[in-house]
Amino acid sequence: MNTPATHAGEAPARAVEPNKRIQRTYWQAARRRLLHDPVSMGCLGILSLIITAAILAPWITPYDPYTSSIVNRLKPILAPGFVLGTDELGRDMLTRLIYGGRISLLMGLLPIFIATLAGSILGIVAGYFGGKTNMVIMRVADIFFAFPSVLLAVGLAGALGAGVVNVLISLSLVFIPPITRVAEAATTQIRAQDFVEAARATGASAPRIIVGHVLTNVSSPILTYSSSLIGLSIVLASGLSFLGLGISPPLADWGLMLNTLRQSIFLAPVNAVLPGAMILIASVCFNLLSDGLRAAMDVKP
Amino acid sequence: MSAGDHTPVDGNAGTFLSVRNLSVEFQSEGMPLRAINGVDFDLHLGETLCFLGESGSGKTVTMRSLVQLLPPTARIGGKVWLDGIDVLTLDADRLRAIRGTQVSMIFQEPMTALDPVFTVGHQIAEVVVCHEGVSWSTGRARALEMLELVQVPSARRRLDAYPHELSGGLRQRVMIALALSCKPKLLLADEPTTALDATVQIQILLLLRELQRELGMATIFVTHDLGVACEISDRVAVMYAGRFVETGAMAEVIDGPRHPYTIGLLNSTVHAGSERGKLAPIPGAPPDLLDMPPGCAFAPRCSRVVAACAERVPDLVEVAPGRSARCPRTGDPGISLPGPTPPGFPLPRE
Amino acid sequence: MNATPAPVDPPGTVATDAAAGGRPILRVSELRKYFRLRGGSGGVGPAYVQAVDDISFTVAKGETLGVVGESGCGKSTTARLLMRLIEPDDGEILLDGRDVGGRDGMSLRTLRHNVQMVFQDSYSSLNPRHTMAEEVGFGLTAQGVKRAEARRRANEVLEFVGLEPAIFADRYPHELSGGQRQRVNVARALALNPRLLLLDEAVSSLDKSVEAQVLNLLIEIKERLGLTYVFISHDLNVVRFISDRVLVMYLGKVVEIGPVEKVYGNPGHPYTRALIASRLSMDPRRRLDAAPVAGDLPSPINPPSGCRFRTRCPIAEPVCGSREPLLDRFGAEPAHLAACHALVPGSGHGQAPDREAGSALETGGNPP
Repeated sequence: MNTPATHAGEAPARAVEPNKRIQRTYWQAARRRLLHDPVSMGCLGILSLIITAAILAPWITPYDPYTSSIVNRLKPILAPGFVLGTDELGRDMLTRLIYGGRISLLMGLLPIFIATLAGSILGIVAGYFGGKTNMVIMRVADIFFAFPSVLLAVGLAGALGAGVVNVLISLSLVFIPPITRVAEAATTQIRAQDFVEAARATGASAPRIIVGHVLTNVSSPILTYSSSLIGLSIVLASGLSFLGLGISPPLADWGLMLNTLRQSIFLAPVNAVLPGAMILIASVCFNLLSDGLRAAMDVKP
Repeated sequence: MSAGDHTPVDGNAGTFLSVRNLSVEFQSEGMPLRAINGVDFDLHLGETLCFLGESGSGKTVTMRSLVQLLPPTARIGGKVWLDGIDVLTLDADRLRAIRGTQVSMIFQEPMTALDPVFTVGHQIAEVVVCHEGVSWSTGRARALEMLELVQVPSARRRLDAYPHELSGGLRQRVMIALALSCKPKLLLADEPTTALDATVQIQILLLLRELQRELGMATIFVTHDLGVACEISDRVAVMYAGRFVETGAMAEVIDGPRHPYTIGLLNSTVHAGSERGKLAPIPGAPPDLLDMPPGCAFAPRCSRVVAACAERVPDLVEVAPGRSARCPRTGDPGISLPGPTPPGFPLPRE
Repeated sequence: MNATPAPVDPPGTVATDAAAGGRPILRVSELRKYFRLRGGSGGVGPAYVQAVDDISFTVAKGETLGVVGESGCGKSTTARLLMRLIEPDDGEILLDGRDVGGRDGMSLRTLRHNVQMVFQDSYSSLNPRHTMAEEVGFGLTAQGVKRAEARRRANEVLEFVGLEPAIFADRYPHELSGGQRQRVNVARALALNPRLLLLDEAVSSLDKSVEAQVLNLLIEIKERLGLTYVFISHDLNVVRFISDRVLVMYLGKVVEIGPVEKVYGNPGHPYTRALIASRLSMDPRRRLDAAPVAGDLPSPINPPSGCRFRTRCPIAEPVCGSREPLLDRFGAEPAHLAACHALVPGSGHGQAPDREAGSALETGGNPP
């Protein structure tokens, strides 16, 4: 192409004056908006603190989480040597809470991660190919969807038996159907757009269109939705442990701690409430952060 | 430009609607966006004024601001007198009363204006019952009367039809019936024929013209289509970037446009006599409302630009009785010659 | 996968179709597409939208065929069928005499090297997450062209449609005006170096001043690259302006086809006459005072029997409901065909010309 078409007056008109607004990609703009939201940033701060502490647990905790001590049983909060007191077996609460966070957060985040991956694939395939593929995937998802998530989680975990891995599996199975549904709806919408038709007209294959066109547009609704499920996932995981369907002692997570301290609620109410407070703080922070994320992504680029 | 020294488009007595220095400002991501910048006009009963402009010119916003039908972030300035009432100072209740009885509006897409869960007869009757306090049977009788007025075939049967059961043209007729059911004195029409097919569009335009003649309303008609404007309006106000750039009688503006934008618009519209190679587009694109040039908004695209254009926004000056244009060079010889295409497009018609 | 395809040739080096002198590049015969509706029509079997019903036409190399009609006439479905974005129920589409997908026909891949489509400008025509260079180069990378090479070619094509790559290549759709976006739509189609361009309402949503820019650009591109256009629009003036021949559709049927000045100057079908007369005059002193045709378009789900226009036709007679008129030559111009009983001698229509007058026109194959 030697000489360009010259009568495209729009280009010169724009070229003369430099663009005043800074150009950003969609993700840059979304991140910028998120960074300017004080609530989201506060939640992010609290969560980073909890997560960092959980990761660094062996190095920052003052005591061993499993060594019990009869003399130090149920020390109150701010007792000398025990900032948050001790539990019914005389183990340091702060240490136990930090170690417990490892398992609670893992069991909250990992199922969402797995479910997002699996649900996105299923939903995108169902939405993009439609027809019978869609029908099969979505009807199966509907069957799971018909049960309340708590009931389903308890049922699945009960059927699979106690244990960390089984909790992870059952929670993942609980969250796959709703994410599949969101991914399918978003994909169906994108599928109908002219730019997807145009890509098909250029001879692009289905996987290429899915990666190049669909994924770029459905990832933000899927991410905002699945991040909103993290809080619920933490609560469910703790609930399963509380019911004895999760990990077994002496391992600690917040749900199990809540259960074992239950008997001491009249002796040391503050100690008994602490694990519950952690569950509350973590899930509320994840929910608020997810809200902020949605607000940040919910604008035209 | 201040409002006071501005010559009204038409200052006669008997004015039904009078608008002075109307401005509308929106907030766009924290930045003020001036959609309308000092619009003045007068309108008589029985007259049709057309706002002609491209997307973003502010034609719809101008029309909607007259009855304050704008999102809550909009800040409306200036004065709007409707039959002697200062509309912009009214409270919500008085405004609602005016919207139903004095002023009515029809839209581009009737499906969004009609309620899908009620029959069209019910919807028209409801408006009548609501605003005039009559009985439902009177309301229903009026609904039938209205459907007959807008020439809906087998009107009695259609009273019990739901909007989705009607074709696009019939829906548009029903919406017109709904708008006229309380005998408004001012009809605001927002591109009501744009979504229609050619053979249906002309039917609706003819209907609107006939109804206006019969009912003697004042009408404001918003369109981007020169052909539609020619078909329906007595006077035209050509809008560009939130301002009137040219006003006058429709025929006179078509015959001898006085603003370079109007001239460009005429030359770039494909019409029945257009020949290949004779189409002269306006270069460039309309300005970004967040990033307006300091002087005349059309200057960056204008072929007749002079130094004065960039300094300040030119005034809308009267160039002939009932004609005004917002261009410092409008008096120059040759400015009224519209370039390659002769005015009043000759249309070969069998 | 075959060897690297040749979409990256600069358009100037291809042998242009303009010089080929009217041989058909595209031949469509008896193309049909019905869409099945969910739920059926009141329980009496499934309902079908007869979107495109037995249409046949040819497109000569280097010409612009305008396709005009109102909503529901099947013009956009036709474009998608030609592009094989949807599969036809029946009929044949021959590109350069070769069937697509047949036993010794061409592959979809070859079809899409030769035929490309320009969509109506809207926010859905460009991916909001792609830069313009990515969007234009997407088809090339999909065809196996290296990313850097695709980028180079995208810049080249953007420049060709009048968008300076240094300014526009890394912009997103929302940063462009409607006219600029439509130029990108054109560039995306041109990137694969096609010979035939299907333009589906390519200027319909643009402002008038911008529409003229894009029309001029399309005309210039066609001349410089020797392309063939199928230009689909509802705007009669634009179709007349850009086309060499016009095809008029009504409810899935071709009602008239012929050279543009013949169809507009001497329309044969009553629908074409009504459509042409419905154009607005652009002169306030010569307004229309009666609608050329009454009523709305019927639904394409259960179209009228016989001639589909008969429910609105001012000259409809019983024969129009009982027998479907065939597309036939009716005047002195051999390339000008219309499907109306009133034009066929001996059809049984009251306004049909005499048999003698008919034989003088040497029309062949009249019904008895």
